[in-house]
Amino acid sequence: MLTVRRILQQLRHDPRTVGLLLVVPSALVGLLAWSLVNRPGDFATLGPRLLGVFPLTVMFLVTSVTTLRERTNGTLERLLTMPLAKAEFILGYAGAFALVAIAQSILVSALSYTWFGLAHQGIPWRESGVALCAGLLGTAFGLALSALATTEFQAVQFMPAFILPQLLLCGLMVPLGQLPATLRYVADVLPMTAAVHAITSSQTDLYYFEQFAIMIVYIVAALVVGSATLRRRTK
Amino acid sequence: MASDMAHELALDVAQLRVMRGRQEVLRSLTFEVARGELVGLLGPSGSGKSTLMRTLLGVQRITSGTARALGERVGAPSLRRRIGYMAQGSAIYPDLTVLENLTYFSGILGLDQAQARRAMDIVDLNLHAHRLVTSLSGGERSRVSLAVALLGEPPLLILDEPTVGLDPVLREDLWSTFSRVTEEGTAVLVSSHVMDEAARCGRLLLIREGRLLFDDTPAALLARTGARGYDEAFVRLIKGAP
Repeated sequence: MLTVRRILQQLRHDPRTVGLLLVVPSALVGLLAWSLVNRPGDFATLGPRLLGVFPLTVMFLVTSVTTLRERTNGTLERLLTMPLAKAEFILGYAGAFALVAIAQSILVSALSYTWFGLAHQGIPWRESGVALCAGLLGTAFGLALSALATTEFQAVQFMPAFILPQLLLCGLMVPLGQLPATLRYVADVLPMTAAVHAITSSQTDLYYFEQFAIMIVYIVAALVVGSATLRRRTK
Repeated sequence: MASDMAHELALDVAQLRVMRGRQEVLRSLTFEVARGELVGLLGPSGSGKSTLMRTLLGVQRITSGTARALGERVGAPSLRRRIGYMAQGSAIYPDLTVLENLTYFSGILGLDQAQARRAMDIVDLNLHAHRLVTSLSGGERSRVSLAVALLGEPPLLILDEPTVGLDPVLREDLWSTFSRVTEEGTAVLVSSHVMDEAARCGRLLLIREGRLLFDDTPAALLARTGARGYDEAFVRLIKGAP
């Protein structure tokens, strides 16, 4: 995977971005733990769920900006004049940012369970699985939506348009059972809802399977759409 | 095989028309470029030079007419490793080193790192191999971009304003490189709006508003217009055209 290596090399030359990718989510969970220090039960519920929110949000933003840059600075056009398989490009991004999402989740979980005092309730593989899928969701949607933006400024504006509605409906603000019926149907099929709920404790195996299945369907669909936006020939 | 190669045209364009939106950018262009030719593509900005180059690369849709490169229809997958392209703007990764850029692109072309180093050698960037592209000057970035186009020694090079913004010494260096590769049989189509560079080409194509105004040697351009320099010849041709 030449493209995975190339993207990781780019990140290696940009330690500040890597620092932000790793430090900001950890610091936010720490801040949440601190703000809920007088309501310990709330942090036990909210803390793990954020493990699904961060990778999705951060990887969406990072991917949409970096791929937009490839579209505008000519490197994508150059690659498309070469014998580049579109899958090499798309899976290169997915692979590289999946690795970053995993590193991010390991750091956030480790700090949550030690320093921030989160009681261990879930199964670790499930948390890593959610972080990985949520990171891939962010990357896949970032690749697809970056085709709609013509400037980095617009790409950044997609973040509130794409992420915030999901944040409102995913069950963090209002429990899903208390949403109006129409919104409940919408919320049930949003990728972030699946990411948040795949991490909650005490559900049946079938329930977790469903949440992961929803995420995987979205990842594949968004990667296919993203790949269709890579056109070798323009009108 | 060798004689086939010699007869094969590098570019064969007939009645090529390209519409972008409602605008007709190229209007019935017809010309040929042989192997080993160094052809300059000149014209005012907005005349269709970049669109023509992108069409020859197969990334721009053709409205009517035909365009063939190295014996195949432009855009054919087999051409993707046989045409070296340098776009306007460097089209390389600013946050990678020179060698990392060349290694990545040579990997995509299925070449090994020795080829990446060879391309770096041709454009004389060995000393900067491990420098990030962001820290390079504009001229050095252009040379990295040219090195990417030269990877694998393709038989056809399409270079869109490669010398723009370069100082005279670097321009001279690049033109020497172009001449050298044409001696080895590579065809080079190079666009420019610096008219003095016309003298370095074996042949000139002048386009204005998507039409071919002139297709002959630089000497013939001076003779036909009675001008003393290329700037003057160009202005006379553009103004005198019906």
